[in-house]
Amino acid sequence: MTVQSQSQSQSLARTARHTGRAGWWTTRRRDHLLGYLFIAPQLAGSLLFVFLPLALVFYYSLNEWNVLADTFSFVGAENYQQLLSDPNVPSVLMATGFFSIGLVVFNLSLALLLAVLLNQRLRGTTVFRTLFFSPVVVSLVAWTIVWGFLLQKNGGINAILQVFGIEGPNWLRTGTWAMVSVIVVQVFKNVGLNMVLFLAALQGVPRELFEAARLDGASAWTQFRRITLPMISPTVLLTSIITVAGSLQVFAQIAVLTQGGPGTSTTVLVYYLYQQAFQFHHFGYGATLSVLLFVIVLALTLLQWRMRRRWVFHEA
Amino acid sequence: MRRKTLLYGLLCVLCVPFVFPTWWMATSSLKPVSEVFAFPPSLWPGRPTLEAYQQVFELQPFAQQYWNSLYIAVAVTLGTLAVSALAGYAFARIRFRGSNVLFVIVLTGLLIPSEVTIVPLFQLFHGWGLTDTHWPLILVPVVGAPSVLATFIMRQFFLVLPRELEEAAAVDGLGRFATFRRIGLPLARPALGAVAIFTFLHSWNLYLEPIVFLSSPEKFTLPQALTQFVDAYGGPMWNVQLAAASMTALPVLVVFVLAQKQFVEGLAHTGLKG
Repeated sequence: MTVQSQSQSQSLARTARHTGRAGWWTTRRRDHLLGYLFIAPQLAGSLLFVFLPLALVFYYSLNEWNVLADTFSFVGAENYQQLLSDPNVPSVLMATGFFSIGLVVFNLSLALLLAVLLNQRLRGTTVFRTLFFSPVVVSLVAWTIVWGFLLQKNGGINAILQVFGIEGPNWLRTGTWAMVSVIVVQVFKNVGLNMVLFLAALQGVPRELFEAARLDGASAWTQFRRITLPMISPTVLLTSIITVAGSLQVFAQIAVLTQGGPGTSTTVLVYYLYQQAFQFHHFGYGATLSVLLFVIVLALTLLQWRMRRRWVFHEA
Repeated sequence: MRRKTLLYGLLCVLCVPFVFPTWWMATSSLKPVSEVFAFPPSLWPGRPTLEAYQQVFELQPFAQQYWNSLYIAVAVTLGTLAVSALAGYAFARIRFRGSNVLFVIVLTGLLIPSEVTIVPLFQLFHGWGLTDTHWPLILVPVVGAPSVLATFIMRQFFLVLPRELEEAAAVDGLGRFATFRRIGLPLARPALGAVAIFTFLHSWNLYLEPIVFLSSPEKFTLPQALTQFVDAYGGPMWNVQLAAASMTALPVLVVFVLAQKQFVEGLAHTGLKG
C-alpha cells in the first residue's frame, strides 16, 4: 500500500465513521462504551476472584476462624504472633528456599545445556527436541506418580543401580534425598519449556560474532561466556522469573511424592498453607501463611526486576 | 565426525530421564501385579494383561471423572479464549478513558499466585453454595487470574496487527464488533492457538483447586482421581495407578507428537511475549 492511498483510506475511514451517526451517539462515545463492554468480563473477574480474595486474605489473617466450631472472631495480630513462634515456620521457609534455589539452578543450567546441544548443526535435533519437551505435556500428577513408583525402596531406579552394584537409598523417605528427588522430578517435567525459550534466543544470536571470536582465537568456553550468555541474558532473566514464581507454587508434586515428609523436610510454604487451612481447618492461620507467601512473591519479583540492569545485556 | 558421535551419544544419554518414565508407566500398567516389582526389571511385560485397566473402572467412576476433566478443560479453554480475545482487543485497539490504568490493574493479577487467594476463594464459593460443584474450577480460570496472562498475550498480538486492515473494514461499513469478529479474530489464530494449548494443559493439570473444592468421587477430576487407587492399608495399587496415569497422560502426549510444532512454538511464543 502506498503512502498516499494509506492516508486516503485513513481519512475515508474517519469520514465513514463520523457520517451517518450524528448527534450524541458519536464514534468516540460508542468506542468508550464498547471498550468497557469488551473488558467487562476480565475486569469483573479480576475484581471478584483476584482482588476481593486478596483483600479478604488480609482480613481473615486478623481473625480466628474455626469452621468446625463455626466461630469467627477478631484476634488482631495473634495469628502473626503464632507465625513468629511457630517452630515449623523456619523449616518450612528453609525447605521452600532450598527447593526454589535447587530448582532454578538445576533447571536453568540443564535447559541451557540442552539448548546449546540442540543448536548445533546436527541432523535429528527436532526429534530430540520433541523428546526433551514431551514431559511438559504429560499430566503433572501422572508424571509424579510414575516417579514415585520409580523412586521407591524397591523401585525402578534402585533396581537399575543394583545392576551396577550400588545400593540406592529409600529416596523419598530419607531427609536430604527426598528434597533432591522432588527437585529432580520437577526439573525433568518442565525443563523443556525453558529449553525451547533458550533455543529461540540462541537462534537470534548473530553467527558473525562467533566467527569473529574464533578468528581471535577464543575457546568454545570463552565464546559461550563472553558472547552467548550476554546475548541471551534477557531470556535468562525471563526464564528465571518464571521458574522462581513457579517454584514457590509447587504443591501437587509434594502432595503426591512425599506429603511434606520425612518430618517437615519437604513441607514447602504452599503445602503447609494447605495443611493448616484445609486439613487442620485453621483458616485464620492459613490466611496468615497466604499473606506471607504473597509478601515473598512480591519481594522476589521486585528484586529480580531491579536487578535486571545489573546483569541483562541490551544490544544498544 | 568424532564430535558428532559424541554429541549424539550425549543427547541419547540425556534423553533417558525424559523418555524412560513414560515408557515405564505405559509398560508397567500392562504387567500383572507379580511382575511389576520383578527383579531384574523387564522393559517389556512378559505376560501383558489389561487387568489393571479393568480395575481402574471398577474401583472408581473413572469414565465420569475422565469426562469431568475433559469438559471442564474444554469449557475453560473456550471461555478463556472469548474473555481474553475481547479484553486483549479492547486494550490494544479501542481508545477509551482509563484503558491504561485498567490494564495495569488487571495485569497486577499476574503477581498474585492463585495459592495466595485459595482460602478466601474457598470461603466465597462455600458461601454461595458452590463447593463440591465444578463452578469454581471453571469460573476462576476463565475470568480470574489465569486468564490475565491470556489477555496480555492477546493484547500483545493485536498491538502489532496492521491498522489499515481495520480501517478498510470501517470503510466497508463494518462496525467495531464485526471488525473484531471478522478481521481481528481470524488473523489472531496463532495467538489463539497458543492460548488454547496452555489453557487446556493448565486446566487438565489442576490439582490444588479440585482437592480443595471437590469432595464426592463422581465429581473428581483426573489428577485428583489418580491418587485414590489405594489398597485397604492406604498403600498405592501401583499397576492400577499406572494404568489410570497412562490413560490420563497418553492422549495429550499423542496429540502433542502429532502437532508438536504448534505446541512448542505456541508455548515458546507465550513465554517470549512476556
